[in-house]
Amino acid sequence: MRPNAAPALRLALLAAAGASCALAAPQTTAVTGARLLPVDGPPIPEGVLLIEDGRIRAIGAVGELAVPSGSTVVDARGKVVMPGLVDTHSHLGGVGAADRSGPLQPGVRVYDSIDVRSSGFRRALAGGLTTLNLMPGSGHLCSGQTTYVKLRFHEGAPRTIDAVAYRFPDGSPMGGLKMANGTNSIREGGEGGFPGTRGKSAFLVRELFIRAREYGAKIAAATDEDGVVDPDERPPRDLHLETLLEVMDGKRVVHHHTHRHDDVLTVLRLAEEFGFRVVLHHVSEGWRVAEEIAAAGAPCSLILVDSPGGKLEAVHLVMETGAVLERAGARVAFHTDDWITDSRLFLRMAALGIRGGMSRGAALESVTLAGAEMLDLDERIGSLTPGKDADFVVLSGDPFSVYTQVEQTWVEGVKVFDRSDPDDLLHAEGGWGAADDVTPYLCCHDRASEGGSR
Amino acid sequence: MSRAPFAAVAVLICSALPAAAQVAVRAERIHTVSGAVITDGVVVVSDGRIAAVGPASSTPIPAGHEVLEAAVATPGLVDVRTVAGLSGIYNGDDQAHDQDMLERSKPIQPGLRAIDAYNPREALIEYVRSLGVTTMHVGHAPGELVSGQTMIVKTRGTTVAEAVVNPFFGIAATLSPAAQKGGGSSPGTRGKMMAMLREALLAAREYAREHAAHDGEGAPPARDLEKEALAAALAGEVPFIVTANRSQDIAGALRLAEEFGLELWLDMAAEAYTLVDEIRAAGVEVLLHPTMYRAWGDTKNLSFTTAARLADAGIDLAIQTGFESYVPKVRVLLFEAAVAAAHGLGPVRALEAITLAPAKMLGIADRVGSLEVGKDGDLALFDGDPFEYTTHCTGVVIEGEVVSRRAR
Repeated sequence: MRPNAAPALRLALLAAAGASCALAAPQTTAVTGARLLPVDGPPIPEGVLLIEDGRIRAIGAVGELAVPSGSTVVDARGKVVMPGLVDTHSHLGGVGAADRSGPLQPGVRVYDSIDVRSSGFRRALAGGLTTLNLMPGSGHLCSGQTTYVKLRFHEGAPRTIDAVAYRFPDGSPMGGLKMANGTNSIREGGEGGFPGTRGKSAFLVRELFIRAREYGAKIAAATDEDGVVDPDERPPRDLHLETLLEVMDGKRVVHHHTHRHDDVLTVLRLAEEFGFRVVLHHVSEGWRVAEEIAAAGAPCSLILVDSPGGKLEAVHLVMETGAVLERAGARVAFHTDDWITDSRLFLRMAALGIRGGMSRGAALESVTLAGAEMLDLDERIGSLTPGKDADFVVLSGDPFSVYTQVEQTWVEGVKVFDRSDPDDLLHAEGGWGAADDVTPYLCCHDRASEGGSR
Repeated sequence: MSRAPFAAVAVLICSALPAAAQVAVRAERIHTVSGAVITDGVVVVSDGRIAAVGPASSTPIPAGHEVLEAAVATPGLVDVRTVAGLSGIYNGDDQAHDQDMLERSKPIQPGLRAIDAYNPREALIEYVRSLGVTTMHVGHAPGELVSGQTMIVKTRGTTVAEAVVNPFFGIAATLSPAAQKGGGSSPGTRGKMMAMLREALLAAREYAREHAAHDGEGAPPARDLEKEALAAALAGEVPFIVTANRSQDIAGALRLAEEFGLELWLDMAAEAYTLVDEIRAAGVEVLLHPTMYRAWGDTKNLSFTTAARLADAGIDLAIQTGFESYVPKVRVLLFEAAVAAAHGLGPVRALEAITLAPAKMLGIADRVGSLEVGKDGDLALFDGDPFEYTTHCTGVVIEGEVVSRRAR
């Protein structure tokens, strides 16, 4: 029995009773003096960020927003504070969903594979990341369900996937569905039921979605006016098709790997035919079809790697894609694709987006609010807005400068990374033992296992 | 309607090297590297060489010189180890056959020349040049016990002859599990790697002795291209460049160098910080891994701070871009130095680590690496601090020829 359980319980009871007396006021943390970048509003040169119960209570300027007496004050003068970063596409945690048995496995969950104790998550916190979309790979047309996690690594909190996963309103783990087209999901010769061409790729996807539609119609036929399904009339449960129904119902967003301009348009064509919501991922040739993407209202989660190439589909990757899409009116986020790029350098990618011509505002949103929207989490995260989760990063300076360091990362009002802590610093800088458990993830590039020799 | 706003990559190199143009660069800050930073300065390049460097107020620009303006000018960058040009942009998966940096048919092949594998029209070269690189030490990749030879080029020309500065600079070797395949002909353990290297070097020593002993009468001993190349390293004519990341592999390389009197260069050297005293005592050059290289396998213990730690200890180092098997297909020297700069090395030493330091190591400091009168007119121009992510490289000059004008 924890010694403090009784007073905590008493406070909880008072709160539950709607008591508003001062005694029952929750503990407030005040981050004061920093330049605040709220993302959904203009910067506040010297601000106050008030946190209660893991949420942002108020945000304002020093001298205008009072710090309640008894608050725990975090002096952040000279620092920059921005929302915790949202990574819409990460492979941390040794993820694995679909296996080699077939090209379309929507019923398989990455949720069942995640090593929450992987040092990769420590590096993510060192980079200021607080919310990740953990995805299976792109070696399948559909490699399974993704999982949205909050890096709620509070001292003493359970270190399980259940404790860190976001939840749908029905309580099930929240995530999207990973799909891919182009070369990664193609197997030469079409072995194991995998497509051998782009035409076959789209055909296989359409076939399964049509089956799911028919499956949904059978369930609907077995459902009465009150929404009760007759167990004798309904078709047997099919986890794959159920997932596609969630996708067509709009509950689950499709996160679609796609590089080449024609592959991007294929995704848009399929999304229109089956009415699913899609986030385009990577979109290396997005600059060639920016108007079509914007017209379809499809948000884009981009990756910038330091040079083009490495595979045929990425030969036309350019640093200007974010700028072209921004100008066309498309929503733009970035992602790490960690291990493809390093979570510790996520802000760097947005800075390279600016180098490619993006506005600072769009770049700031690209690693925060835009990503939150793409995960349907923008009511909870992505900006320093009262009522949202108190996920934020304390930076030593401008977020887009190479010389800036992430000094602290906070999740739901609790500090979970502190550069002044030697063990946290080890994960921020690397060094002896920092990456002992790292599982390289290079998608379909099997030869990476040859010691990176080819 | 234009569908390709950024696809029209400027064709900047024509079919033959033009006569060096007369160019002057005027910049708010000129980092000469060899001397103090010049505020509001001018670099005059005449007939391919630097004719004057100094404050604008006292450095007249001769008539007939095109004037390039920039916020910052630095020497053209020198990449101390890369495979760009042997490694192509496509990765060879698509019948492109553009991955010529590593021959895997047998473990020891010092006879493979870089000049026979280098494609000067490779798109990656245009790319790195547009980000400031004007000189590269380029050659065979890590991944076999002895993977081949290296050379020095300028990042221009449409034939290797136009690009080359030194056709045979060094021999690339690997002491790493990456070079282990086993199966009899290839090593399967660290012990066997070293045994095979020692045997090859001993055989080359014997070969050199036989050739030296030939008195000119009768037929000379048969030539052996592999032993010949190793003999050049044994004679100290070329460095023996050993890729080693783990502490024990670095120690192994030092041991090998001592036994055979090799001029050892340590390549990558992720765990060099564990052997600072030994490396300094051996006087070995370190071609440090790209700062942002991925930490896994034998690089799992690398750190953003290694460059600073080695430099603080007085070890000669240059930062390289190295070799990537996937993405990014080539690393950007400027970017790798930037992250080192931000992790203790600082911008002054970081710039030196990609200009004058590698130029000295490569024995070409009389030509490149700093902005001094008489040196090659190789410059990189920027619209701000070269290391800031949001700064652009706005122009590149090689021996007076403007080889890149696009902001990147």
